[in-house]
Amino acid sequence: MTPRIEVVGVDSLMLRLFDQIDEGNMPWMLAATQRVREAFGPALRDLVPSYTTLLVHYDLTTIDDRQARQRITDAFEGLQPTAGASARQHEIPVWYDPSVGPELEPLGKRSGLGATGVIDRHSSHTYQVFALGFAPGFAFMGLVDEILASPRLQTPRKQVPAGSLGIADRQTAIYPLVSPGGWNLIGRSPTRLFDRELDGYSLWQPGDRVRFIPIDRAEFIRLGGDDTPFEVTP
Amino acid sequence: MSLLIERAGAMASLQDGGRSGVRHLGVTQGGAADWVSQAWANWLLGNSLQAATIEITLGNFSVRAETDSCLAVCGADLKATLDDQPIVPGRSFAIRKGQLLSFAQPREGVRAYLAAPGGFLATPVLGSCATVRREQLGGLHGDGRPLDTGDRLRWSGAPAAPRELPPGQPRSLSPSGPLAVVLGAQIGDFSGQSLFDAFNSDWTVDQRADRMGVRLLGPVLRSARESMISEGVPLGAIQVPPDGQPIVLLNDRQTIGGYPRLGALTPLAVAQLAQCMPGTVLRLKPVALESAQREQRRLLATWQRTTAER
Repeated sequence: MTPRIEVVGVDSLMLRLFDQIDEGNMPWMLAATQRVREAFGPALRDLVPSYTTLLVHYDLTTIDDRQARQRITDAFEGLQPTAGASARQHEIPVWYDPSVGPELEPLGKRSGLGATGVIDRHSSHTYQVFALGFAPGFAFMGLVDEILASPRLQTPRKQVPAGSLGIADRQTAIYPLVSPGGWNLIGRSPTRLFDRELDGYSLWQPGDRVRFIPIDRAEFIRLGGDDTPFEVTP
Repeated sequence: MSLLIERAGAMASLQDGGRSGVRHLGVTQGGAADWVSQAWANWLLGNSLQAATIEITLGNFSVRAETDSCLAVCGADLKATLDDQPIVPGRSFAIRKGQLLSFAQPREGVRAYLAAPGGFLATPVLGSCATVRREQLGGLHGDGRPLDTGDRLRWSGAPAAPRELPPGQPRSLSPSGPLAVVLGAQIGDFSGQSLFDAFNSDWTVDQRADRMGVRLLGPVLRSARESMISEGVPLGAIQVPPDGQPIVLLNDRQTIGGYPRLGALTPLAVAQLAQCMPGTVLRLKPVALESAQREQRRLLATWQRTTAER
């Protein structure tokens, strides 16, 4: 495999590995991430994996563009996909309810599945973490069943409560912190996703697999969830 | 040694060189928006160049010294005074217990950097005490809150003799010419007219400007690509959302984004832009990668040279 390499800044290169989002990309993405880290060593300032790309931010005081490209070439030589040994499985409890997920019922109507059908469909698939971004510990997961795919809200909400579970197109994610956001909200999880008490700070990493477990309000409260109803005004 | 914040102003926060090695977790870079002025403020006291400083935005900020020491100010001229005596940015100065250091309002630039010997003390979070409010990370209390009235800041370095910037070193980082852009990313997707417009038109800094990004107003830029798969975005990236008005992404930007980009400002141009008030008219100019890398290395060597000559 040879990625396309593009200049994106004075000390940053973009490596394009794929053109499409696909769960089959992940073993390659994980392997490439590991090899690029090793090839750059201390000359690496940051490495940002996303669905199909790796952003390499290198230390300009130790290597230049030519040397950075050479290290990338070295890293990809003989690359084999990672079997996924490092990938973890997560079961994330979610209270799917209109009071904390204002788009649950509209999505039930639009899809014809009803709210219960939406919950069944959403919680019966094992999702893959494609990328972390947008906020600390915010994991872009997919792929959501076509019938649940929903475009982002026209006007993003100014405040989405922490733990909110949302859908955007064929992706799903939980907001780790209160933040603005335009995803369609269908529930809320009590699980801490980003915490300095967690090993590596983040509950999950790209390549991890995630299943959502429907819970009721009592269980949500017992697990430390905040059931403050959602304010409908965006 | 310590000082007490008597007026916190619109936005004052503890900033160092920012976080590295954590963007894959979705954690942004943070750090001084005008990293050049921060480096000079630290240099004036013999600190490490990325030691924690206070980034004071627009002024209305004052601190009272609780011990005799020295401090340094660099960056924007916010009409600073020490007990009513003007303090020109670009120097370090002695301060006595009980004296009041105030920053009124901008005369030139946006962000001033206040440094103390050895740097202000705060417990690092993910390797840095850079304050990122949105992420609830860093700062004096570790939870991303900006500085507030009544906060007490401490330092432990030894006072150094007052000094000024080296001769010929400009005090202000306001751009005197066009801002340098390294072309790249999705530049090939923009129309020829848009590329011409990008580098041959005046751009006005919008009111919507903060530590995440600065919006520029001018001709509408059109990209053939409407949306793309989100990918990592570097410091200074110039992204163009569907309304065609570019946004330059600064230190507190989101780690990944899905708008097409023209390339990225050089680090020096990022620092210059961080000192532009809304309404400032500026231009962009493309630079070759090799010369941009050379310029950046030369800039970084400035402090080594001046330190060696000391």
